Amino acid sequence: MDLIESYKEELRLVRKFWTGFWIVLLLLALIFLPWYGKEHWVYILTLVFIFSIGVQGQNLLIGYTGQISFGQAGFLALGAFSFGHLLRMGVPVAVSLLCAGLVAALFGLLVGFPSLRLKGPYLSIATLGFGIAVYQVFVNSEILSGGRMGLTVQKLPALFGLSQTNTYYYFNLIVAVFFTIASYNLISSFLGRAFIAIRDNDISAEAMGVNLTVYKLLAFAISSFYTGVQGGLYALLLGYLEPNMFTFLETISLFVAVIVGGLASVEGSILGAAFVILVPQVFSNAKHLVPVVFGTAIILILIFEPLGLSGRWMKIRLYFRMWPFR
Amino acid sequence: MSQFLQYAVSGLSIGALYALVALGLVLIYRSTRILNFGHGDVATVGTFFAFTLLSHNYNWTIAFPLALILGALISMVFYFVILIPAQRRNATLLGQIILTVGLSLIFQGLVSHFWGTEPQSFPFPLSDTKTWKIYKDVVISELSIGALIIGFAVSLVLFLLVQKTRLGLAMRATSENLPSAQTLGIPTRRVLSLSWGMAAFLGVLAGIFLAPALPLDPFFMLEPFLKGFAAAVLGGLNSLPGAVAGGLILGVAESLAGGYIAVAFKNTLAFLVIIVVLLIRPEGLLGKEFIERV
Repeated sequence: MDLIESYKEELRLVRKFWTGFWIVLLLLALIFLPWYGKEHWVYILTLVFIFSIGVQGQNLLIGYTGQISFGQAGFLALGAFSFGHLLRMGVPVAVSLLCAGLVAALFGLLVGFPSLRLKGPYLSIATLGFGIAVYQVFVNSEILSGGRMGLTVQKLPALFGLSQTNTYYYFNLIVAVFFTIASYNLISSFLGRAFIAIRDNDISAEAMGVNLTVYKLLAFAISSFYTGVQGGLYALLLGYLEPNMFTFLETISLFVAVIVGGLASVEGSILGAAFVILVPQVFSNAKHLVPVVFGTAIILILIFEPLGLSGRWMKIRLYFRMWPFR
Repeated sequence: MSQFLQYAVSGLSIGALYALVALGLVLIYRSTRILNFGHGDVATVGTFFAFTLLSHNYNWTIAFPLALILGALISMVFYFVILIPAQRRNATLLGQIILTVGLSLIFQGLVSHFWGTEPQSFPFPLSDTKTWKIYKDVVISELSIGALIIGFAVSLVLFLLVQKTRLGLAMRATSENLPSAQTLGIPTRRVLSLSWGMAAFLGVLAGIFLAPALPLDPFFMLEPFLKGFAAAVLGGLNSLPGAVAGGLILGVAESLAGGYIAVAFKNTLAFLVIIVVLLIRPEGLLGKEFIERV
């Protein structure tokens, strides 16, 4: 990679002119998409934006901190339902979204406590238990889940003369860009370095002065904050909620997105989110085969390309930069 | 009192099946440190295969052994075709666990694709409704008796296999220390693949006995699988007797909780057990404490 001479340079997100150029081009393409793209595609991309937030959160936990969580569906449900209830009480959208994230983060702290003592397989069981327990609480409690009809959530009105689909598109684009910038800043700051140190070896991280208790809990809290916000946005998009939307399958999709996109990579998270959203679209005739595709994708990626799509992307870039040498 | 006994008896019989599931998980965990998330789905495939054979008017004496062998074969093929290449490429432990998640997804999708998601009823030689009186008002169904007998017999056979035979010795050596087992000339790959096969065999056996009492759909093993997990954690993930004890305790506790507290509480109990055990005694009731060297 390139020589970095100062800490200020290390913290810069865009180091080269051409990187910035491509990012601006991509953003412009996304901003003008509703003018030339079909409405269906606008909707699909909206889903990708929403999903990419949760995948980034999950990647902060799995890819950067090395803690595993199979309880994401629980955080998703907590975020979505607290968002729905707050919105029904007349709280503005932005505040409810923040609260949805905070509620999920609070429970993330709670789930984080076992992570202080448990590792690997044991932690995955504990979090799995949490995810299913949350689901069952929502199924069994009519006050929380809104009963058999589900909880209706007020949708966004069409703003600024745009159609409703486009309003959603821009709203979620802004939120997703905000969270993407936040994740880049997070991982290049002292927090990100602490997370990576814990992932690589927690005992030596502790010896180097990383407070394991604080940073492991923070990783869980931040990751579930992201997931909670994803849940809130999801609720806002769909307009109604029921507990069956948050089964173990939802956890698995987030997990697949992280693995396919690439561990410890923000771009990878976005690519992974796109993969998880697009595969069911492609296989809309044979819905039952979607898990087969997901499973095959995980197995192939883990065996042949452990860094995922983002690793493949980096290798392609390197190939062209080095061309004709190799 | 007889009510209490009734709950305990029905808890024991379901617990024996949880114990079978837990034994399969522990068998794999203690030899490879992998949590097999595909355990339930391989069992589902085996059970559905038995279902197809039975509905084509094959006798159960043919259908069940074939299903058990199919389950074992799938698991061994997974070990040789997917797990070993991954290990050759230095896959991490977490990576290998994720591979089993992939396996689980593939079979879940295939079963829903080929057999549909509509619940079906599983024809079984033992009846669920014919009951025997064992003590005053306490009754037990034929199916429960079968489950209890199979559960205990299989646990006993497995115990004898692991403790008294050369194969069992090789299995114990492999799980104790893989490199030194290899230097002693134990064909560890073959031993491990046999462990995987045996685990799937136990899983399918549990599946066949669980299927008559539950609606048979592609997700019917999910809950028993999670309960088996809870049982294995309760007993200690690296202890085979612990898995049996954990399964029986969980079954009885669940049945009592369902009877005396609330039916809705029955399913949540397993996860409470997991969380409490992990917080208080992570190595489980009979497990050895796992100490990490720095």
